Formats: sequence, C-alpha cells, structure tokens
Amino acid sequence: MARERQGSKYKRVVRPRTRREFLRDLGATALAAGGFTALGMLNYSERPVREVLRDIEKLKDFRIQLPEQFAQLSVVHGSQVEPMVKEAIELLGGMERFITKGDRVLIKPNVGWDRQPEQAANTNPEVVAAVVRQCRDAGASEVVVTDVSLNDPQRCFFRSGIQTAAQQAGAVVELPGGNDFIDTDMQGELLKVWPVARHYHAADKVINIPIVKHHSLCGCTLGMKNLYGAIGGRRNQLHQDIHTSIADLASAVRPTLTVMDAVRVLKHNGPTGGSLDDVSRENTIIAGIDPVAIDAYSLKFLDLTPEKLPFLALGEARGLGVVDWRRLRMKESQLG
Amino acid sequence: MLPKKLRTYRRIYAAFFFGLFLLLLFLTDFGRIKGFETSLLLELDPLTAIAAFLTSGTFYLGLLLALLIIIPTLFLGRFFCSWICPLGIANQFLGWLFHGLRPHERYDLNRYRSSYRIKYYLLTVLLVLALFGSLQVGLLDPIALMVRSFTLAVFPALNLSGAEIYLNQPVFHGAVLIALLLIAILLANRFLPRFWCRTLCPLGALLGVLSRRAPLRIQRDVDKCIDCDKCLKACQGGCDPHAELRVSECHVCMNCIEECPTQALHYGLPRERSSVHKPLDINRRRLVETSVATALFFPMLRSSLAAHSAPTAAVIRPPGSLPEEEFLGRCIKCAACMRICPTNVLQPALLESGLEGLWTPMLINKLGYCEHHCTLCGEACPTGAIRRISVQEKVGEQPFDKPIKLGTAFYDHGRCLPWAMHTECIVCEEMCPTSPKAIWYKKVEISTREGGSTELKQPYVDPRLCIGCGICENKCPVEDMAAIRVSSVGETRSVENQMILKQ
Repeated sequence: MARERQGSKYKRVVRPRTRREFLRDLGATALAAGGFTALGMLNYSERPVREVLRDIEKLKDFRIQLPEQFAQLSVVHGSQVEPMVKEAIELLGGMERFITKGDRVLIKPNVGWDRQPEQAANTNPEVVAAVVRQCRDAGASEVVVTDVSLNDPQRCFFRSGIQTAAQQAGAVVELPGGNDFIDTDMQGELLKVWPVARHYHAADKVINIPIVKHHSLCGCTLGMKNLYGAIGGRRNQLHQDIHTSIADLASAVRPTLTVMDAVRVLKHNGPTGGSLDDVSRENTIIAGIDPVAIDAYSLKFLDLTPEKLPFLALGEARGLGVVDWRRLRMKESQLG
Repeated sequence: MLPKKLRTYRRIYAAFFFGLFLLLLFLTDFGRIKGFETSLLLELDPLTAIAAFLTSGTFYLGLLLALLIIIPTLFLGRFFCSWICPLGIANQFLGWLFHGLRPHERYDLNRYRSSYRIKYYLLTVLLVLALFGSLQVGLLDPIALMVRSFTLAVFPALNLSGAEIYLNQPVFHGAVLIALLLIAILLANRFLPRFWCRTLCPLGALLGVLSRRAPLRIQRDVDKCIDCDKCLKACQGGCDPHAELRVSECHVCMNCIEECPTQALHYGLPRERSSVHKPLDINRRRLVETSVATALFFPMLRSSLAAHSAPTAAVIRPPGSLPEEEFLGRCIKCAACMRICPTNVLQPALLESGLEGLWTPMLINKLGYCEHHCTLCGEACPTGAIRRISVQEKVGEQPFDKPIKLGTAFYDHGRCLPWAMHTECIVCEEMCPTSPKAIWYKKVEISTREGGSTELKQPYVDPRLCIGCGICENKCPVEDMAAIRVSSVGETRSVENQMILKQ
C-alpha cells in the first residue's frame, strides 16, 4: 500500500505487493515474534515483582576519649549564655578536644515546636549559636544545624530563633524533607531498621544540644530523648514503649558531646508548653560526654529521681554511661 | 530605541504578567511571602470584585484594585485578555503553537461564531446566583481557575518531577480532576484557538460588556482594505476585523494590524473612512430567560442538604472563616489558602459541603493540622471568606478572651491504644498545643488478659479547651483512621453547631 499526493488531498492508490515488500514484512514479523519470546523467557519469575535490594547503612560512633585531667561532666551557672557555654566546654578540655580541624559537625538542638525562645519548648538559640561559634573556632569545615521538627519545620526553625542565630554564627541550617532520610540499621531491641536524616551519615562529629523539659508520658525530655529528632518514619509509635525506645535511640546515635540547656526550663505542660507560667529560669549549662549522667543530673530541675525513669538504668545496662553522675570527674563553676 | 509595533508591546506585557503570575504563586509560602501582595492578580479581577460585591455588599480590601482593570477597559477594550490574564496568555501561546499544525484552516477558525454568545449567558447565571448570595464565579473565573489549577495540580506535579518548591510533597483531594480540566481547556486550543476565552470565559464576557462603548478600538479603513482576510490569520478574539468589528469580542491583541498588507487597520479613534462596528451579539429575551431560569434554580440549590443547612462533621473550615452561608458568599475557590498552608491540611472540598462548596477549603487532618500560631490562610484569602486574624485572636491572648475553635476532638475508644489495647501512647496529649493542654489523662490500673495488672494513662478531651486544630488526629499512630478525630461541632464561626451549654 502506498500513498500518492493528488491535488490537495491524499488518496489511496492500490497496487499488488512486490516480493521484496513481502520478504521485508515477513522478516519484521519474525523479528518481533523472536523479540517477544526472548523478553518473556528472560524475565520469567516466580516473584510477582522484581526484588530490589535496599541499602541499609549503619551510623558511626561519634564518641571520643577524654584524657584524665579533664572533667567528664561540667556544670556552669551564670547569666550570660555565651560565656557559660564556653566555660562549660572549656572545663571538658575545650572544643579542640572534640573537633579536629576540617571536621564536618552536626549540631542537634531541640527545634521540635513552633514556639518562641521565652516559652522554652526549643533549645535556647543563644546556646546553639555559642556552640556553633566554638566549632567554627576549633576549625570545623562545616557546621550543620538540623532537627526533624514535630510542627511545621519552617515555622519551628524560624520562630525558635535558631535559624537566624545558627546562620549568623556560621552554620548551615538543614530542614530534612521527605527525601532526606536513609534507612539505617539501629540494631535496637525495638528499633531495627529506621529512617535517619542523611546529615547524620555525612557528619564526622555530632553535638547534641537538648533542653530540659517536662513530658507527660516519659516524665521528662532530656538529652537521650532529644535524639528522637534524628529519625523520621512512624516515630510516634515509640511512645508505646518509650523507655526502651529511648535506650535504643541512644545506643544507635552516640554523640561526641552533649550540651544541656537549662537556662530556661519548661516545668509543666511539656513538651509543648506555650505559657510563660510553665517556664522557670535556672541559668545553668551542663556539658559532658556521658549522655546518661547528663540526663540524670538534669532531673533536679524537674524534681524527678532516676528511679522514675527506666531509660536511664537501661542506658547504663547497655554501657552508654552511668546514672550516678557523682562517680564521674565533675567540675562546677559560677560565672558573674 | 523603543519598538514600533503594538504587538511587540503586547508580547512583552504578556510575558511579564505570566511571569508575575508564576512568581506570586511561588512566593505564596511561609518562608517566602515576607510582605508581598501575592494575591494581586486575584484582586485585580473585576469579576471577583463585582460578584463578591453583589453577595455581600463590600469591596474587601484589595478587591478595590479591580478598578485598575475596569476603568481602562471602558476606554481601551478587553486588553486584559491578551495582555494580563495568565489563562488568556497560556491559551494564546498554545493556540499559536497548535495553529502551525493546520495552516489551511486558520482563516475559518478565526471567524466569529454564534457559540461565542455562551459566555454572556454563563456570566448572567453567575451574576444572578451572586445576587442571591451564592458566589460561584470562581468555578469559571480564569484567575481563580489558574491559581487553583497551579496550586493543586501544576506546582505539586513540578515538585514531584524534581523542582524544589516544597519541603515535603503536597497532595490534594481530587486534584486530578482539576488537572484534567486544565488539560482539557488548554488542549481545546488544538481544535479552536482560544476556545475557552471566546466561548466560556465569564470574565471575558464581563470585560466585553464593559468595552461596548470603548472609544479606542481596532479601526478598518474601508478604502484601503482589499478584502484579503489576512487579518483573520492570527485573530485572537474571533472578532471579525475584516468586516464590521465586534468590539466586545476583540482582545486587542494587535495581530490583525501586523498582518494587514495595506495598513488598512489601526488601533485608536475612528477616521473618516473607518468601517462601522457590530453591536454586542446577545438577545435580550435570552438574557431574561437565563436570569429567570437561574432565579428559579437558586431555591433548589439551597434546599439541597449541605453544610449551610445542617452542620456537617467533616466540613471543618480554616481559622477565621465566616459562618457557612456568608463563607459561600465570599469564597471564590481560588485555593490561595491551600497554597500557603504550611501543613497541607487545607484541601479542596468535593461535595462534602454541598455543590456550592465545591473546591472550597476544608481541613483534612489526616494530611496535616492547623498550626497553632499560623494565620497565613487569612492573609492569602483575597475575598475575606477567611478573615485576616491576628495570632492573639487565634490563640485567645489579650485582648481576646477565647481562642478560635475549628471544631472539637473526640476519642474513638475502640481504636485508641490505651483505651482498647492496654498499650501506652498519649501522643495526642504530647502534641496538644494549648496551655493548659486540652487533652489530659487519668492514670488507671488495668487488669490484663494474662491476669496481671498494669498502669496506663488514658486520655480525655476537655471540650472547653480544645480548639479543633487536629494535630492529635494527624499524629495519632493509628494510621488509616485515627483514634482521635476532630469534627466541626463547637466551631467559633457557627451559632448552631455547638454542644456545651456552659462555655
């Protein structure tokens, strides 16, 4: 069949097929038949869908060893946030102990809620800025401040003051979106494979900067629970066994350093707060390398005892630290 | 040196305004809005302004800007359609693109057709409905249609294809219908250039009526004209510039002037040998028939069960929304609120609130929740269907004594983990944003199946404190249908939809 132009319209002209055309069509048909057969044979499977192998990564241990002459736990009281943070880290040997030149540092404050600094639902932005500056001064090549917020992340980072404070201090603020998580082997009792923000996989050092807050289910939210903000996925199920979950989280994410913000403490209606009546000014910074001890020490701001918080004993049993912080080398200092 | 051709100016304006449309929509976002007037194009829209005036007797804030289009149209004609309207510009571009496929039909396709009258009757239906208090112009208004289509379909699709517009991929209720409608409207240009603008657009019809007596228009010198019909080649309005111009159909695109081989056409005041023009091609009797039919239809529309006739649990309106009936009189279904909502909770309704409420915003807490301190939807709303409220008014701080309630949360004890499954949870209590929290709990000793006992915290809602924000429902670990759900009862905007006598 061929088409010929006639006038301005197309018209069909019928003529017998030639041998060449017949052989060409036969060849094409045979090729197609062979192709379909090959496609079918090669892809035959007893599975309904093709198996895709997922990459399950592990997190590295971000901890370091501190020489004997330095404190393992430091507590600083005062009124000026920046010097307090500096002093607290100085008592541990200075930021150079923790950060090697060129390190990529991840800072994990609590930026869970769309609240302002005075409401003490998020870490104090001045504490975040002070730690960022310390890291910069110690030669960190990149400082990333990130958290997986519970309210809208843009609003949380903006209204908590942390975005502005961190950026001005020289950090990069990262808001993890839907594609920013990597399936990670948490090797926990409850937490097996769980999505973790990809920034943790790219970091050399992790600094946890929690705030001391009341929490109805758990009793409190401190440093170990703050690591909740490292993961995505269906994390609201963790409440069903919160203490084992916290111990699992703290076993999987082992920060280099923890700086606890107890400048303003949320005493009631946590972890969201909302009213200034819920907040008490405690003007304290606690720093250290033992996440269990720091949490245990911070209980005094919430009138709690370690016995009420099974995650602490679980943490100690797993070798994450000690509940009795008095057993550590501790230094306390009072600034102006 | 400035270009001499009017068509070149039109193209520059068209590119500018289409770019502006995209830019303003891109900026409609918590992190980007700053102080920009992102609803500018919606506010310039005369159809929205006039119809919303008919329903509620006011020109709300920026809607007065519509005068910037109305007054010049009286003098210059329907310039809006080819110079400013993003849908008109998109149709013109696609018409030009598809036109190349069928050059031999160009001239015939651009002649006037009597079907172009339909838009005037559609306009009549919409304005009569507005007179009765139902604002339905947004269904067909091109600006509302474009903002809606881009918010609900185009931007999410671009994000899914890799453009970084959102932090998290948004999804919208029934958005595929809106996408298909937009595709149909754009594809119609393949068969008839600017099918939408010529045949259906009620804003085009309104501007057509306004431009009936425009002193400046396309003029044809009958002595110079050699009747070659070349002016029809790229005519946008189908307004017969080759004969007696139909000024109400003319989009002032200036194409005919450029195509004329004898310079017989110009835009401006008539000259000595200029041709006469045809009046608006609508039959007064048909117009009266249409109005009467609409007037008869309205009570049928209102007697159908809808959220305005009986409170509806699922119809939870954004904070600051007017009472349902007034809400329907001001919402133009433009989806600007859904564009700016940070949590994706604002969704276009289908028939949940009745036919009149099609594509109006409602909260689907499964997808998001109302952020406690966020008042952006009221900022984005061009017509005041959602009032501009302060954070103080929303959360009930001084000088306001009560927060704005969207509804009330209720437990489904059969699904709630501590109530039905003896499992610790109270995520809802953790999330509850009020202080003191509206969700509280009792510690109870429960005997287990195995015969032992365990202590649990079982949650309750205090209806006097609950603001209906829905974060409890959104974050509930019972994924498919949460064990705590918000319904509209107790909403501040309604007098009837209440349950507690003593507030």
